[in-house]
Amino acid sequence: MKVMIRHQRREVEVRGRRRVRELLVELGVNPESVLVIRGAQLLTHDAQLGDDDTIELRPVVSGGID
Amino acid sequence: MRCQRCRGDAVVEVRRHHAAFCSDHFIEFFDRQVQRAIEDERMFTRDDRVLVAVSGGKDSLALWDVLRRLGYAATGLYINLGIGGYSDDSHRKTVAYADAHGADLLVADIPQEFGMSVEELARATRRVSCSACGLSKRYLFNRVAIDHGFTVVATGHNLDDEAAVLLGNLLHWQTEYLARQSPVLSSTHPKLARKVKPLYRIAEREAAAYAIVRGIDYIVDECPNSVGAKSLLYKEALNLLEQASPGAKQSLYWGFLERGRALLGTQGVVALRACVHCGQPTTAEVCAFCRMTERAAERMRVRRGGGAGAPAAAAPVGAAGAPDAGGSG
Ligand code: SF4
Ligand SMILES: [Zn+2]
Ligand SMILES: [Zn+2]
Repeated sequence: MKVMIRHQRREVEVRGRRRVRELLVELGVNPESVLVIRGAQLLTHDAQLGDDDTIELRPVVSGGID
Repeated sequence: MRCQRCRGDAVVEVRRHHAAFCSDHFIEFFDRQVQRAIEDERMFTRDDRVLVAVSGGKDSLALWDVLRRLGYAATGLYINLGIGGYSDDSHRKTVAYADAHGADLLVADIPQEFGMSVEELARATRRVSCSACGLSKRYLFNRVAIDHGFTVVATGHNLDDEAAVLLGNLLHWQTEYLARQSPVLSSTHPKLARKVKPLYRIAEREAAAYAIVRGIDYIVDECPNSVGAKSLLYKEALNLLEQASPGAKQSLYWGFLERGRALLGTQGVVALRACVHCGQPTTAEVCAFCRMTERAAERMRVRRGGGAGAPAAAAPVGAAGAPDAGGSG
């Protein structure tokens, strides 16, 4: 599957079925800090991902002092 | 994962509430949290005209959207900071939301009104960008609110923002800031609007989820000046705690509101008077915003060879004025 890691402006290719939770652990991403999106659909951490999927990891943490 | 309410497919987990929701029931959960924040803290009623500070990001667009859906009279205020492509994009998204939903939007333009972007203001007065920017925004939110007859200014600060500010204040035991940190800052001067944060019960991840579920197109890319901000470090630390122990953030911040702030007394309260240049409330004779813009205009004159005695070129006084007792927001 193709994983677009938006905040790091990179794309990684991951092989094999796995759950969202496992994918985030592999990529070292704290699940609190992202939403996981397939198409226009939000996914929960137990959602199963397949090889043909394109997944976006969308950061939710904004910064600045305002 | 199943929705806690209807057993349909869940799209959002809210671990701190041991819950997961489908789209409809997530919106219902979100509405309830916001309604409760407004009522518990007596922020405003449906008779108040509320000015919502909108940046084009997830939090402020979500706030504007939820307030309008809940039946509040919420007008947006977008401030053009003049930060290149970031400002252009955020402006476009804000206008697109207003057009699509028939929402009322006011726009203030810093480069147009003061002749300089917030970054140029910062450079000219040797501040960091965020300091000049924060000061300008607080000033304009209040001035526009007062000029247009709004009694309340609402900002999109969420639970994570507030918990991060609290952590920063605690790390340095900034007791005055701690005493003032609150989801509601009441008006202490006739020209000071009340400031409220109706999303303080909403985690940052939930605000983003709400925007996505509602189909709101917000600006995902960050302001370039936020890179390396301390608040990001605090948020990361809090998210590590949250992951290991769901509910850590709300326990920290809500616990502070319920039990911590009462211990601090009223040391944050300061007397305000009108700025002699712009009339906006301030603790000093001339407000911090007028001081900043006048200094910047002065430096521009010197640079252009006009000398100190030359007439003001871009002096922003007159209609201008800034509440500089800003606090954390
Ligand atoms: S990150 Fe700093 S400069 Fe950018 S919008 Fe926020 S306060 Fe302003
Ligand atoms: Zn449901
Ligand atoms: Zn002033």
